[in-house]
Amino acid sequence: MGIIQTKDLVYEYIRRDEDGNVEGFTTAVDKVNLDIRPGEFIAILGHNGSGKSTLAKHINAILNPTEGTVWVDGMDTARQEHVWDIRQRAGMVFQNPDNQIIGQVVEEDVGFGPENMGVPTKEIWERVEESLKAVGMYEYRKHSPNKLSGGQKQRVSIAGVLAMHPKCIVLDEPTAMLDPKGRREVVRAVRALNDVEGITVVLITHYMEEIIHADRVFVMDNGKIAMEGAPREIFSQVERLKSLRLDVPQVTLLAYELRKRGIRLPEGILTVEELADALAGSI
Amino acid sequence: MLRDITLGQYYQTESVIHRLDPRVKLGGTLCYIISLFFFRNFLGYGIAALFLAAVIGLSHVPFKFIVKGMKAIVFLLLITVTFNLFLTPGEALFTVWKLTVTVEGLRTAVNMAVRLSLLIIGSSLMTLTTTPNNLTDGMESMMKPLKAFRVPVHEVAMIMSIALRFIPILLEETDKIMKAQIARGADFETGNIVKRAKALVPILVPLFISAFRRANDLAMAMEARCYRGGEGRTKMKPLVYERRDRLGYLCLLAYLAVSIGIGRLRF
Repeated sequence: MGIIQTKDLVYEYIRRDEDGNVEGFTTAVDKVNLDIRPGEFIAILGHNGSGKSTLAKHINAILNPTEGTVWVDGMDTARQEHVWDIRQRAGMVFQNPDNQIIGQVVEEDVGFGPENMGVPTKEIWERVEESLKAVGMYEYRKHSPNKLSGGQKQRVSIAGVLAMHPKCIVLDEPTAMLDPKGRREVVRAVRALNDVEGITVVLITHYMEEIIHADRVFVMDNGKIAMEGAPREIFSQVERLKSLRLDVPQVTLLAYELRKRGIRLPEGILTVEELADALAGSI
Repeated sequence: MLRDITLGQYYQTESVIHRLDPRVKLGGTLCYIISLFFFRNFLGYGIAALFLAAVIGLSHVPFKFIVKGMKAIVFLLLITVTFNLFLTPGEALFTVWKLTVTVEGLRTAVNMAVRLSLLIIGSSLMTLTTTPNNLTDGMESMMKPLKAFRVPVHEVAMIMSIALRFIPILLEETDKIMKAQIARGADFETGNIVKRAKALVPILVPLFISAFRRANDLAMAMEARCYRGGEGRTKMKPLVYERRDRLGYLCLLAYLAVSIGIGRLRF
């Protein structure tokens, strides 16, 4: 059984008008079936309002399914007695770096999760040190979070989750509010967690460049899984992605346009180097 | 402009007083303040001043820095002194125009001035030498007995420390909103008080909306990290008394004994 599994997951919001009367229901997540294996790097793509954040909040038991079931590490998220175990095993990083840092000093924020779990003091310090080192923020441990850059703040947030020793980390658009440099820092830290620590990663994003390294990609549209596959398979379907209102990376788009003009290139090119090699080979 | 406001006024340096357990400092400040109100003669104030001077010396906070912080309350001090000087009935000392200065008035005025100054310097010394974080930790620990009366001690301490963390963020945001409104022609500088107060509405409304949104986000992030109140929570930096803290308490006791013993004598 996978670490995260969903079966016919449905989530409905109640829409209300200004007086609070029920206007109707919006289905944010519609019959989603996922099976994520331990150690996988999963990317979930989708434009705004496609239901990807709602799906993510189910993995951390912040939201409960309207219909269907979500299992995290074999535990049903709808069962109240499992909530804290699930939140420890599936950590979550949110979009806004300012609104998820609780401590006034970096190390205190990283220690917040273990404190809540009742970890003994000495072990908290060990966990804080190792987590901060894993994201490359150890030398900032005495700093105030307010003085850090966006990318650094998000790395602290990741360390905060890491200190809880999770099996899986869900990142809900962690780079949406960052500049390109901060985005690279965060993506690099996330990849290191997956490669080195073997933690299952679910990265939710709408930046195509960030999913190149994923093992599997899910594309969501209207609450449903519209596409599923390896990054290469997904990127080879440029027309389909465009119809789902997603931007294809520049290199992939260029390769696609060149192919349309009759230059022989393989499908689903992801990096500049690949394209350069392929072009050199075809000349 | 708004970012220049420093709250809690912590003075970063290395000293015994800085390292002292916040509970000792909180208890000490409380005892010191209470002692000031028990004195019946000026010798008591002398002892208090001596004690304060010793603590300031140990704290390595420059006296100038402390005095600078007192500027704000000089006005208050002046009013208190003036009113006491002229409005206390008693034996007349001398009269200027229609105002009479009495012996009793002079006595109370000096008494008040000394008491207030000592009080303010003493309590500001606590915030100067204790980080806000340490202070909330100390308060939480000292108020623990109140839990028996169903006072949510842990929650209050958590609220305080989160508020402290968000002050700079909200200040920055206010700055941003003000600039945005100025860019669109808002005017905060001219007009009478009513007009200026009205001009603040377009700042406060977006600020409140954003503060609520932040609160919502933060609550979710805290729950996602297994926060469920103070029950079963461990501390990363627990408060543990050390030798210097016990010594601190001893000094405090000695001060109390001496100051109450001497300060309550009537000459």
